[in-house]
Amino acid sequence: MTDVDRRTFIAGTGVGLAHAAVVTAMPAAAGPTPPDTKTIVQLTVNAKTHTIAVEDRTTLLDALRDQIGLTGTKKGCDRGECGACTVHIDGRRVVSCMTLAVMQSGRSITTIEGIARGAVLHPVQKAFVDHDGFQCGFCTSGQIMSSVALLNEARAGWPSAATENVSAPFSYDQLGVAEVRERLSGNLCRCACYPNIVDAVAVAGREG
Amino acid sequence: MHPFTLSTARELDAAAAAHARDSGVMFIAGGTDLMGLMKDHVVEPAHLLDINHLPGLNLTEPTSEGGLRIGALARMSDVAIDMGVRQRAPMISEALLFSASTQLRNMASMGGNLMQRTRCAYFRDVDGTPCNKRSPGSGCSARHGINRNHAIFGWSDACVATHPSDVAVALSALDCTVRVHSPQGVRAVPIGDFYRLPGTTPDKDNILGRGDVIIGLEVPFRREARRSHYLKVRDRQSYEFALVSVAAGLDLDGRTIRSARLAMGGVAHKPWRLTAAEQALAGVNLDDPARLREAIARSFTDARPLEQNVFKAELARRAVLRALQTVGERV
Repeated sequence: MTDVDRRTFIAGTGVGLAHAAVVTAMPAAAGPTPPDTKTIVQLTVNAKTHTIAVEDRTTLLDALRDQIGLTGTKKGCDRGECGACTVHIDGRRVVSCMTLAVMQSGRSITTIEGIARGAVLHPVQKAFVDHDGFQCGFCTSGQIMSSVALLNEARAGWPSAATENVSAPFSYDQLGVAEVRERLSGNLCRCACYPNIVDAVAVAGREG
Repeated sequence: MHPFTLSTARELDAAAAAHARDSGVMFIAGGTDLMGLMKDHVVEPAHLLDINHLPGLNLTEPTSEGGLRIGALARMSDVAIDMGVRQRAPMISEALLFSASTQLRNMASMGGNLMQRTRCAYFRDVDGTPCNKRSPGSGCSARHGINRNHAIFGWSDACVATHPSDVAVALSALDCTVRVHSPQGVRAVPIGDFYRLPGTTPDKDNILGRGDVIIGLEVPFRREARRSHYLKVRDRQSYEFALVSVAAGLDLDGRTIRSARLAMGGVAHKPWRLTAAEQALAGVNLDDPARLREAIARSFTDARPLEQNVFKAELARRAVLRALQTVGERV
């Protein structure tokens, strides 16, 4: 048996499926899409530029997964409700299912594949492993991308709906459990790993 | 999603003219509502005009008169965290922070927030049911259907939907102005005149027409804005639309109310101003709950709950009381 880890195996399979999907894609039920509606767009993802041809209606999420082959970003609800597709655009967390790939040229996109340094996990990734912050793992990349941004926002002094007095400056040491829960409410976990996720973020926040 | 084409608008006049010319064109800014509507086939534009690159529309700045000027393309997050907003009108910052999730607030524009469509499930259920807002003349499925989340004020037999925006409620309490650009020029629309009641034409949420583009918001100086609060009551504590919400601001003389500003969300087709209660609250002591309740009740004489939302009238009265008392505790 060759020495292939799970990540490499899944990445390889994902790209294979993506190619298959492109080849066999059928026109939308509403009628054939004229071939000239494809747009060439340059997406900068994890500091690497990809030139791809997409329909204007292609979401950033679908472009990342199906055309660039970065399948770490997950498609859950596809309606901006579950947070599984969270990525960073110019440093801010967004849901990639609710924006279009053609609107992202010139932006800097970071996905879950781009936050580790080589083989060294990002402190938030490590904290999720250490605190068992997942079960099935489907929401995990979105939870981690959201958590990384959450800590940056709190450091930058962003208040939240859990902040008692928004008129006063927010200081990072106010970031307790209630704040973390509120700030992560856009990421659902149907395994209900929330207590472990909150623990992981709290520890990563102290140590990071 | 139905196929569409997209182009980038670089100049306001050209964007407005293109929108005025062709009814198949829609603007896209943050896209957080429009994308869902397109995925659910509620709207199927032929062409999207990306207005995110229009210059000069994304600033939030204090005015020398003590108010605020907010660009239509400012993101909800930018406005919520702005220290000028947090100090001059905390109810605006709170209303934004109580909306959606951080991811969506990072994407959604202030102008788009005002334009979001109702969360009435029938409106978004293209395959199933009649809806006068989606397909005029087809009927209202909510009027005698599942209407627990629907209006208790100002509804018509044609539509009982509510407006979902939180920040529009705070902006209404403060009598803000919506600045609208059109091929005929720029006009300033008081937010009280911007939204409409459903009447017989619930397909129109507001007074905007083809060629109109929201370019900004003006928040005038209000003493009541400085000491203000946004209270949101919902089925879960976070990341949910309001059952009822209250934007409350007070100008106080000791513990006595000099003047009050009150608006509610989740109760009508537009942000609902409590003018009668505001008038009755002048001169009332904040530590006299009986008189506060009596004043609040003045704005509920025309409440008309539906079969499933009778609870909302009482919930709303109590929410207004709690919001006033919370404001009273603020220094």
